[in-house]
Parts: sequence; structure tokens; C-alpha cells
Amino acid sequence: MDVLEVARLQFGTTTVYHFLFVPITIGMSMLVALLQTMWRVTGKDSYLRATKFWGNLFLITLAMGIVTGIVQEFQFGMNWSAYSRFVGDIFGAPLAFEALLAFFLEATFAGIWIFGWDKLKPSLHLACIWIVAFGTVLSGYFILAANAFMQNPVGYEYSEANGRAELTDFGAVLTNPVALTQFPHTIFASWLTAAMIMIAVSAWHFKRKRDLDVHRPALRLGVLTSVIAGIGLVISGDSLGKVMTSTQPMKMAAAEALYNTTSGAPFSVLTVGDISGQEHTPILEIPGLLSFLGTGSFGAEVQGINDLQAQYAAQYGPGDYTPYIPLTYWSFRAMIGFGMLAVLIALYVWWRTRRGKLPQGRLFWIVAVWSAVLPFVANSTGWIFTEMGRQPWVVFSLMLTEDGVSPTVGERSVWVSFVGFTLVYAILAVVCMKLFLKYAKLGPPDEEKAKAGVGGPSSDDDDSDKPMAFAY
Amino acid sequence: MDLTTIWFLAIAILFTGYFVLEGFDFGVGMLLPVLGRDDRERRLAINTIGPVWDGNETWVITAGGAMFAAFPVWYSSLFSGFYLLLFLILIALIVRGVAFEYRAKGKTERWKATWDRSIFWCSLAASLLWGMVVGNMVYGVALDADHYYVGSFWELFNLPALLGAATFVLLFAGHGATFLSLKTKGEFSQRAHSLAWKLSTVGALPAAVWLVWMQTHSGSVLSGVFIAVAVASLLTSIVCNLIGRDGFSFSFTAATIAFASAGLFAALWPNVMPSTIQPSYSLTHENAAATELTLTIMSWAGAIFLPVVLLYQGWTYWVFRKRMSVENIPA
Repeated sequence: MDVLEVARLQFGTTTVYHFLFVPITIGMSMLVALLQTMWRVTGKDSYLRATKFWGNLFLITLAMGIVTGIVQEFQFGMNWSAYSRFVGDIFGAPLAFEALLAFFLEATFAGIWIFGWDKLKPSLHLACIWIVAFGTVLSGYFILAANAFMQNPVGYEYSEANGRAELTDFGAVLTNPVALTQFPHTIFASWLTAAMIMIAVSAWHFKRKRDLDVHRPALRLGVLTSVIAGIGLVISGDSLGKVMTSTQPMKMAAAEALYNTTSGAPFSVLTVGDISGQEHTPILEIPGLLSFLGTGSFGAEVQGINDLQAQYAAQYGPGDYTPYIPLTYWSFRAMIGFGMLAVLIALYVWWRTRRGKLPQGRLFWIVAVWSAVLPFVANSTGWIFTEMGRQPWVVFSLMLTEDGVSPTVGERSVWVSFVGFTLVYAILAVVCMKLFLKYAKLGPPDEEKAKAGVGGPSSDDDDSDKPMAFAY
Repeated sequence: MDLTTIWFLAIAILFTGYFVLEGFDFGVGMLLPVLGRDDRERRLAINTIGPVWDGNETWVITAGGAMFAAFPVWYSSLFSGFYLLLFLILIALIVRGVAFEYRAKGKTERWKATWDRSIFWCSLAASLLWGMVVGNMVYGVALDADHYYVGSFWELFNLPALLGAATFVLLFAGHGATFLSLKTKGEFSQRAHSLAWKLSTVGALPAAVWLVWMQTHSGSVLSGVFIAVAVASLLTSIVCNLIGRDGFSFSFTAATIAFASAGLFAALWPNVMPSTIQPSYSLTHENAAATELTLTIMSWAGAIFLPVVLLYQGWTYWVFRKRMSVENIPA
């Protein structure tokens, strides 16, 4: 493999890994904030215990999300320095905004929230976790604005003299239609991810009839969030499909392996045989659905791969402008399928546990617990689809991926870092997973422990030798 | 002042802020096996930086993002040129970041010892490697006509870089010891206190040699003043330590790092990465910069939000201002 391939593999690996934790951070910070708000409003101890329990699980994954994020920022310069020079004038700004406006907020207030139970007034302490939640969402927005420029470059002008894309309209970069549709889609996916984890862990304790007063509200919060997220995902996914069809028609054609331009294009649920050639053999088709997804009309024309390829070759010069079709085709289906299945399971769990019911039978509990894996598969395949569907461009229509790689970085260096990151990430994945399961199974702290140090600072100074409410 | 000058200043401020702030938490990490004689003392040390280290680390993320946006060519040359150094820094920051969180989540001796070692080695490695990055960046490296680094990995191990590494390690360790003596009580604080001046004194040697070298290499009047103030601050911090004024001592170790960093950036100016092959290959604040529009937008964002960040980060330190002792560490 050459530098380009290893650099791409490294970007894919580190990004998918980073994005295992990002959705949990975005979704879980909000769920913990909601639990803590429920505690503040009702004063019920069980909600405080739930807040502490979920806060602890949140922190285990937050640590991973934060540390893997730095790699993302650095590797643009390390592996993709030609790309960085080409788009830095535009792409760098949202990244800098993310750090300055959002990440500082998130990191600083997370520190205060974790250690601040006995240092801040309860309402101020509650505000801190909401600020963290807000920071994670804002972070997501700026990162997606940067990513959207790669999918659909706007607000720029190509400078012949400087050989790079230069910013002309920052407002256009921030209101890129791709960003505006990807953003809610990603946030809803994050809610679904965190909510399914909450359902799974609560269900595990439900089965053992432990701390039901803590786990029942969490389970219900998880179900409610899943359903809201599910509705949001369908709506935002639908508008994303339409934006994608108009901005990156090749990606949409690749999503269906649609080789020839078709009116009333069907959507195939499954297909057999090799689809990377000129045709594919669908085994289950919904007529007109692809046209509807892409344009809002069942009879509309959808451009096929062959026509687009001919069109691009005429426009950008000879070359292969087709992404790897089997990957786009299957990742698109996996994203939709696993995401929808997760929402359906959430509804099923709710139905079986409604009004204080405790379902019997092993199967229900196995489904409820293992369904937490589904959103992760959907998230990862969703990103693989988004990024692989853009190929061979790193910035659609402006720069090919192969032109973005660092020209002076040697093959050995890229291999060292690829192997290094993969190894460290693999070890940490095991550690994180083990810790998460250990503390998830341990259950919430008892009332006395949960209440220790909670309630803000005491006015007298005699407490100076008191144990801290939270310590590493 | 034109915008590229302002953004050179902004990048210098962000890196300086990073070195001052994360400098002491790296220092605490390096002193973990030295000052923490038992598990409780090690936990005490870790908890002094517990609420703030993550906020401190954000300074480098912001510095990186701002460099990407304001000086895309600087960002791309620096990060691709110092590839393996940055790779190792990343590994160190990753392992160190999870180590604080995960150490507390296990009970066995082996588990804790593993993470303690991780914290020590990663803090040491990150300090050392940042020293090498800055040493190479200020002294200059083999940049070709396109401003890409064309030297080898081993060429980065030169004398200015190694002096930079030694300086960063020792000054950060001294800064961390001073922080610990200020943040803790009792016998632990005493030990940190007596270690602090020793580390600073030893650190003064490579620091002075390195800074004066950089001054004679590419310095200006301004950088000379900053470097002189840095050296004076270091000596003052040692004196303050010896007369038992830990608060002042910490202010002066912070000032040492701040002025040393400011002096190095001033010595770098107007270059951002000098080329050792040919002066015309050097990257300057002008040929590395983004367009005026990007710099203007960034300036507005920086002018509005950097003070806000300083305010709430300052507030964090206020919230957690109390000195701590081993009694505060819950069993």
C-alpha cells in the first residue's frame, strides 16, 4: 500500500473510532442534564441516583471522545498537508470556531460539573451540565459545517495565484445546505445512540429487578428520546437525501447502484450478485422510492452512474469519478436499516414495560440489552457512506483525494502512525468497554452515597478536611 | 498593525497559554512517582489538576485550529514536517487523558500502577516533545521551495531541539512542583515546596543556554527583553520559594514560561518557520497566511470569545481555589 492508501485507511479508522464516542457525548450529556433537572424539580432521591449513575458512565466515554478528537484535528496537517493548504482558508475557520466557541465550553464546564457537586450551588451546578450539553451540540455544528464544505463547496473562489480555494462568504459556509441537514441528522442519531444505551442498561437491571425506582424513569426517558430521535432522523434524513441528490448526484446514484438514468427510479431493499459492474439484480424493490427520496416526486428522473461518469469526464478531464459502489450501496442500507430497527425495538420495549409491567421470557431481555449495538452500526455505516460516497474527491469537484495527501511524508511514517493509533485505540477500546460494563452492572450508588457532598458549598470553614464529593 | 501580525500574536498567545497552563499539569504528572509516596498521595496530586487539566489542554486544540485557519501553510508544514514528533505527542495525550479518568475506576494495585506509570511517561514525553517541536520551529529546519520539510526524522534531534526538550521538562516539572506546594497542605506541600526550587535551579541552566542561543541566532530587541524577563522571573520564583511565598513563586514560574515562550515567538518573527536550506524558502507570517477575509472573521471571533474563555476558565480556578490535603481524598 502506498502513502495515500495508508493515510486514507488511517483517516477512516480514527474517524469511525472517534465517532463511536461523539454521539454518546452529545446524547448522554443531554440525558444526564435531563435527569439532573428532574431531580432538581421533583427532589426525588431516585433521580439523583440516576444522575450520578449515568454521569459516571458518561465520563467513561467522554474521556475517549475527547482524546481521540485531538488526533482528528492534527492529522489534517500530518497526512493531508496538501489538502490543508488548499482549503485551510475556509476549512480551518469552522475548526477554530469549534475549539474557541464550543470545545472550551465543553471541556471547562465538564471539569467543573464533575468536581463541583460540593463547590457550587445546586442550580449553578445544574447549569454546568447544560452548558456541556450545549457545547457538544455547537461542536457538532461547526465540525459538520467544515465537513459540508468537502461535500458541497460553497462561499469560496478559486485563486489561480495562490493555487487554493479562498473564502468569499463565511455565512454561506455556515449555512451550507448540506451542513444544515447533516447537523440535525447527526444530533438525532446521537440522541438515539445514547437513548438506546440507556434502555439497554436499564433493561439489564430491570431483568434482575434491581433499583427499579432508578431504572424505570431512565428507561422511559430512553424510550421517549429514541422515538423523538427516530422521527427526527426520518425527517432530516429525507431532506438530506434531497440536498444530496442536487449537490452530489453521484453519491445518490451510488447509494442505489443505479447505473442508468431512470424516471420513477425504484429503491432496492436487497440485491444479489456483484453490483460493481454495470448492473445489479435487486431481489426486493419499492417502485419509485428512490425518485421520491431524492426529489420528493415518485415519477421524477434520477441520474445514473454511467451518465454522471460521462458528464464528469467531460467536465473535469478523463478519469474514474465513481465511488466504490458495493460499499456505498450496502453502507446506505445498513445505516437506514439498523437505525430504524433500533427505534422499533425502543417502541417494543416501551410497549412491553408500560404501566409497570415486567415482561417474562429471555428473548425480550436479550433484544432489549443487545439493541444498544444497533445505533453504533448505523452511525459508522452512515459516515462510511457519506465519506466514501464523495470519492474520488476530497472536496467535491475541486480536489481529488489523491492530490490532498502530504507530499513529503514518507510511507514508513504513515505506517508507524497508522499501526500506532490502531493499536492504542484497540487497547483503549477494550479497557473502555470493560469499565463501562463493570460500572453499568454495578448499578447506581445508594442514597447515602449519592447525597454525600451534594447541595453546594457549606458556609463555614470547618469542612476543610471533609472528603471531596468527587475525586479521581 | 496588519492582520497577519495580529494573528501571529494570537497564535503566540494561544501556544503560550497552553505551555503555561498545561505546563503545570504536565509537571504534576511527572512528579507523580517522586512526590506521591503512597496511593493516597498520588491521588492527591492527580486531584489538584483533576478539574482543570482538560480545559488546559483545549488551548492546544484552539492553537492548532487557529493556525489551520489563519496560517494554513504554517499548519501544513509544521504538522507534516514534524510528523513523528506529533504522532508521539498525540499518543501521549491520548493515554494520559484517559489515565486520569480510568485510574480511579479500578481497585487493584496493578491497575493503579499501570496508569500511574502512564501518567508519568506521557507527561514527560509530551513536555519533552513539545520542547523539541518548538526548538526546531524557532531554529529552523530544512524547508524546500514549497515550504515542505524535506529533512529526515533524525535531523530533528539537533542541539537546539534537545536543549528545548530539557528546558521544557525541567521548567514544567518546577512549575508543577510549585503548583503542588501552593495547592496542597501539610507535609506533602512541604516536600513539593523543597523540590520546586531545586528543579527550577537545575532548569535555569538549559533554559538560559537555549534562550540566549535563540536570541543570538535570530533575536530582536523585543525578544531579548522577553528572554531577560523570563530568566529574571525564574530567579525571582526561586527566591520567592526560598522565603516561603508559594503564591508569588507560582506566579513567577508562570511568568517564566510565558516570557520564554513570548521571547521565542519574538525571535521567530517575522518568520513562522525559517528554512535552513535557503532564507527565501522560509515561511513568514505573510506567505503562510490565509486571506484577509478569513483573518478578519477570525479576529472578530477571537476578540469576542477569547476574553469570555479567560473569564470562565479563571472562574474554574476560583471555584477550586482551596488547598487540599490527603484528608480530602475520600477512601
